[in-house]
Amino acid sequence: MDKIRALIVDDSSVMRKIVERSLRQAGIELGKVVEAGNGAEALLALQNNVVDIILCDINMPVMDGLEFVRQIATVESAKGVPIVMITTEGSEAHVVQALSAGARGYIRKPFTPDQVKEHVLPLLGAKV
Amino acid sequence: MSTDAVLTKRSQEEDWLPVLELAIQEVFEIMLRCQVTTAAQSEPRPKGEFTAIVGLAGALCGVLTICCDTKTAHRIAQAMLGDAAESEDQVADALGEICNMVTGNFKNKLAGTDERCMLSVPSVITGAEYKFRSLADGYSLETIVLFEESPIVVRLQLHS
Repeated sequence: MDKIRALIVDDSSVMRKIVERSLRQAGIELGKVVEAGNGAEALLALQNNVVDIILCDINMPVMDGLEFVRQIATVESAKGVPIVMITTEGSEAHVVQALSAGARGYIRKPFTPDQVKEHVLPLLGAKV
Repeated sequence: MSTDAVLTKRSQEEDWLPVLELAIQEVFEIMLRCQVTTAAQSEPRPKGEFTAIVGLAGALCGVLTICCDTKTAHRIAQAMLGDAAESEDQVADALGEICNMVTGNFKNKLAGTDERCMLSVPSVITGAEYKFRSLADGYSLETIVLFEESPIVVRLQLHS
């Protein structure tokens, strides 16, 4: 079983730690975890890092999560990497926007480790 | 920008306080794995040494603030992180995220508002020597909850 490399994008460093902890609590064996404070930082991070999954907030300064998901389509190394949005924005319209932009999952804050497991594990397929 | 007229009417006809209190309870139970209880309005107010603010714009327009003393803010951060906070910035970050989740959870519970209401990123004021004056002049809600017996004031102020 490979260790999973994750990119966690959130303007809150506390929330990034909680997301990482939730992944571990979900039984996912993590390898390198890359953190970014907004979408622009995340795009830069992807130039130097290959990851297996991206977990991304929506409401962030500089570049929000929806714009990041749209722009990631141009990053060769990130093609096919599943993106799960983790956000307080809970409306159907936001879910549709995120999924239309290319996200593969959507978790509303506040969230439990079980919800992370439920949404993330199927996207990792044979890697876990 | 002002609050949607329909929502203004609803805020006058419906009691949103239980909705706000449920939103607070859920955030503390899920993210901090602890329960908060609603306190009497006569409960002594905490020193407002940490104040987190999230703005609402669109169908609901105003601010939600969460205010507590330094010791409580540190305990909230510790409960979220599972360990003591490394810095005061991290404590502020934690309280800002709590405010963000409470505001989002409250908004999501009000049918018909969530898709037409946006949240700002949170801001946090540290230090008690300030006065906060919101230009929100309409509906106002306030509740005091006890987190490990320490009071936290949560206030929602909306534009009319």
